[in-house]
Amino acid sequence: MKIRAAMQAGRVEVKILMAHQEETGLRKGPDGELVAPHFISNVSVMHAGREVLRVQWGRAISKNPFLQFAFRGASRGDELTVTWVDNLGDSRTDRITIT
Amino acid sequence: MDNSRRNLISAGSLLAALLAAGSKAADLAQPPAQWNRAAFEAKTVADALKALGIPVAQGGGEVNLTAPEIAEDGAVVPVIVKSRAAGTREIHLLVDKNPFSLAASFFFPDGTDAFVSTRIRMNETSNVIVLAVTDRQAYLVRKQIKVTIGGCGG
Repeated sequence: MKIRAAMQAGRVEVKILMAHQEETGLRKGPDGELVAPHFISNVSVMHAGREVLRVQWGRAISKNPFLQFAFRGASRGDELTVTWVDNLGDSRTDRITIT
Repeated sequence: MDNSRRNLISAGSLLAALLAAGSKAADLAQPPAQWNRAAFEAKTVADALKALGIPVAQGGGEVNLTAPEIAEDGAVVPVIVKSRAAGTREIHLLVDKNPFSLAASFFFPDGTDAFVSTRIRMNETSNVIVLAVTDRQAYLVRKQIKVTIGGCGG
């Protein structure tokens, strides 16, 4: 994941780019068969043991999903943890320091 | 699996009952930790709202949807949603004419802005619907987005 978390006017502005195919299950592959759905279903962002954003996604999210949000109550140097889980149970967690 | 699904659905109806009664939903509504399968597999907006436990919503001047009027590529439609309604806990994003209507659900704890920016797929020209849920109300706005090339792969 590419994550940027920067303090701006008392808020942390977070931008996340996740590498994921995001297959809708509606697309046909070269063999003419439907490609099985494969998409991120849940995203969670944690700061200091507290969840600051919880997301559920369906199949209508673009390939390599982008997510931007903002929260209060953190400082420069704090750590942010972003986790995604997909519908096949794959998952990824990345950490970043707020700048 | 079946159990957790039932729990989700019953949590949804409880939320609906509380919303209808105008009482505070915040006390109960730890949003579902898992995936709301019933809502995400719904094929119409009405069914998705039912599965989310949000049967009634009023028009929302408090809710903003920023998106292009014409999206050339339906596979990548940037959307920014924002609610100024006090105590917004959830924002749901739906696409009327997609094969599955519900695209995304966002849950905002205290301290997090009721704002999110993401990119969605649209199969064809359609209304995009944003539903913001506060402690006691649900607000809904729609905007039509024209799609030149569909993005769901059908």
